[in-house]
Amino acid sequence: MLRVEGLTKIFGGLRAVDGASLNVDQGQIVALIGPNGAGKTTLFASIAGFHSIDAGRVVLMDQDITGWPVHKISRKGMVRTFQITQPFAKLSVLENIMVGAYQIHPNAQEARVHAIDVAQKVGMGHMLAQAASDLTVAGRKRLELARALATNPQLLLLDEVMAGLNPSEIVEMVAIVRTIRDMGVTVLLIEHVMQAVMSLSEHIYVLSYGKIIAQGAPQQVVSDPAVIEAYLGRGAAKEVAHA
Amino acid sequence: MNTPSTAVLHRTVNWKLHIAVLAVAIAFPFVFPSSFMVNFGVLALFYAFIGQSWNISGGFAGQLSFGHVAFFGVGAYASAIVQMRWGFSPWMGLPASAIAGAVVGLIIAVLSFRAGLKGSYFALITLAFAEVLRILSNSVDLTGGGLGMLIPLKRSAANFQFEERAGFYFVILVLTVLSIACAEWLRHSRFGARLAAIRENEDAAKALGIDVFTEKVKIMLLSGAMCGVGGCFFSQYFLYIDPTIVFGVDKSVEMLLVSMIGGAGTVYGPLIGSLLLAFVSDITRVLTQIQGLSLVLYGALLVIIIAYLPNGLVDLFKSKSKSKTKRIADDVAR
Repeated sequence: MLRVEGLTKIFGGLRAVDGASLNVDQGQIVALIGPNGAGKTTLFASIAGFHSIDAGRVVLMDQDITGWPVHKISRKGMVRTFQITQPFAKLSVLENIMVGAYQIHPNAQEARVHAIDVAQKVGMGHMLAQAASDLTVAGRKRLELARALATNPQLLLLDEVMAGLNPSEIVEMVAIVRTIRDMGVTVLLIEHVMQAVMSLSEHIYVLSYGKIIAQGAPQQVVSDPAVIEAYLGRGAAKEVAHA
Repeated sequence: MNTPSTAVLHRTVNWKLHIAVLAVAIAFPFVFPSSFMVNFGVLALFYAFIGQSWNISGGFAGQLSFGHVAFFGVGAYASAIVQMRWGFSPWMGLPASAIAGAVVGLIIAVLSFRAGLKGSYFALITLAFAEVLRILSNSVDLTGGGLGMLIPLKRSAANFQFEERAGFYFVILVLTVLSIACAEWLRHSRFGARLAAIRENEDAAKALGIDVFTEKVKIMLLSGAMCGVGGCFFSQYFLYIDPTIVFGVDKSVEMLLVSMIGGAGTVYGPLIGSLLLAFVSDITRVLTQIQGLSLVLYGALLVIIIAYLPNGLVDLFKSKSKSKTKRIADDVAR
C-alpha cells in the first residue's frame, strides 16, 4: 500500500528525518511512535506532500508519488489529519465533513447523505448543525477523522487523534479507528497513548532523532532495549530489566 | 439516537425572500418615478453589483482584495474602447468588459497566488496592480491618457443610453439579480464549499484534496469578469471615464465597505450594505453642503458595525433563523 524508502528531510542544519523507511500493507493498522521531537509529524507531513523532501522516495499503491502536490496525493487516496486540529471553524460539523464528501460526490445532495453517514460512523450524528468552533477537543479530533474519512481514502494518516482525550474518550476513539480499518481503510497512526497503540496496531515503527530505531510487533518493540533507552535515557534498559 | 432526516439540514433556497425582494425592486421605479429616486435606485444596485463581485472572492473565498478597482477600470475602458475606437455597438461593451475583467483577474490571481501571497500581502499586491493600471491608462493613447474618454451622448436603447433613467435601472437590476443568483449558487455548490474551506483553512483544504491554487484563480476570474461588467455599466451611465475615476482607490474601498457593512460572505450582504451607503450618501448631500461628509459617515458606520455586528447588518435579520438552527440541532440530538 505505502512504501517509504530512505526519506530524509533537513531543516537548516537539522536532519529532522534521516533516512526513514517504512512499509504499510493493505488492511493493516500501523503505528509510528517515538519520543517528543523525534520527527514523527515531520515524517508524516513529508509523506503527505506538505514538505518537499531532501532524499528518498514515497510509493503509494505502486506509484511513485514523491514530490506530488498535497491535493493530488489526497485524491489518490492517502489523506492525513492534523495533530493540532484544523477545523473550518465557521462552518458547521456537517459542512466540514461535506467538504471531504464533495471529493467523491460533486452533487450537493449526495455529498450531504454521504457526510451524514460518515458522521454517524464516528459518533457525530447528533452534532451536525453545531459550529466546528464550538466543539470540544474530543469533538475536533473526531471531526478531523470524519472529514478525512468522507473522502473515501485508501490510507489514512492519523496524527495523534487520541491526544488530549480522557480515558473513556480514548476507548471510544480506539473503537472508531478499528471500525475504519474494518471498512477496508488502511491506517498509519502517530500516537503517544500507548494503551491505544498496543491495542490497535499490528506493527510498530519507532522513530528517534529522525531515524527508525526499531520495528516489529507491539510486544516485541516495547521490550526492545533500544526503544526503552530512546524514551528513558541511556542505561535505562538495564534498570528496567533489573526492576 | 434518531437518524437525522437529510432534509432538515438542507441549506434551502429562500425563494419567498428572493421573490419578495425582486418584486420590490421591480416596483420601485414605478412607485418612485422621480429622476432623483430612480438615480438613487440605480446607484444602490450598482454598488450592490460591484460589491457582490468583491464579495464572491473576498467574502466567500476569503481573498481580501484591496484593488478590485483594477477589474472595474479595465472593464470601463474596455467597453469605451470597443465602441469609440473600434466602432462596435455599445452593448458589445458588456461581453468585452467581462472578458477584460476576467483576463486581468486571471493574471493578478496567477501571479500573486503562485507567489503564495495571502491575507494583507494579497490585499497590498492587488492595490499595487490597480495603481499600475491607473498610471498606464493615464499615459497611453488608446485610453485617451489623463483626458479620459467622453462617450458621445446619443440617447437610444440601441446605443445603451436610455431616454428614461428607468432603462438603466432595469439593466443594473438584471445584473444584480444575476450576481445574487451567482452568490446563491456558491452557497449550495461544491465550488462554494471548497471556497469556504479555503477561506477557513488552506492547509486543511489541501489535505482533503482541494486544489487550492486553481480554485482561487477560478473565483478571481469570475469576480474580475463581474466587476468588469460593473465598469461597463458605469461608463454607459456617466458617459465619461478617466484614470482617477475608474481606477481610484475609493471605488475599491466602496466595494469592500458595502460587503463588510452588509455582511461579507452572505448572499444579501452587498445589497443591504449598498442600500445603507446610498441612503447615507444622498442624505448628507441633501442636508449639508460639506464635501466628503458621506465618507466620514461611512467610516463611523464601519467602526460601529465592526464593534457591534462583526458579521455585518445581515446579523440583524439572522437572529431569528439562528435560533432555528439551534432548534434543528436540538431536534436531531433528541
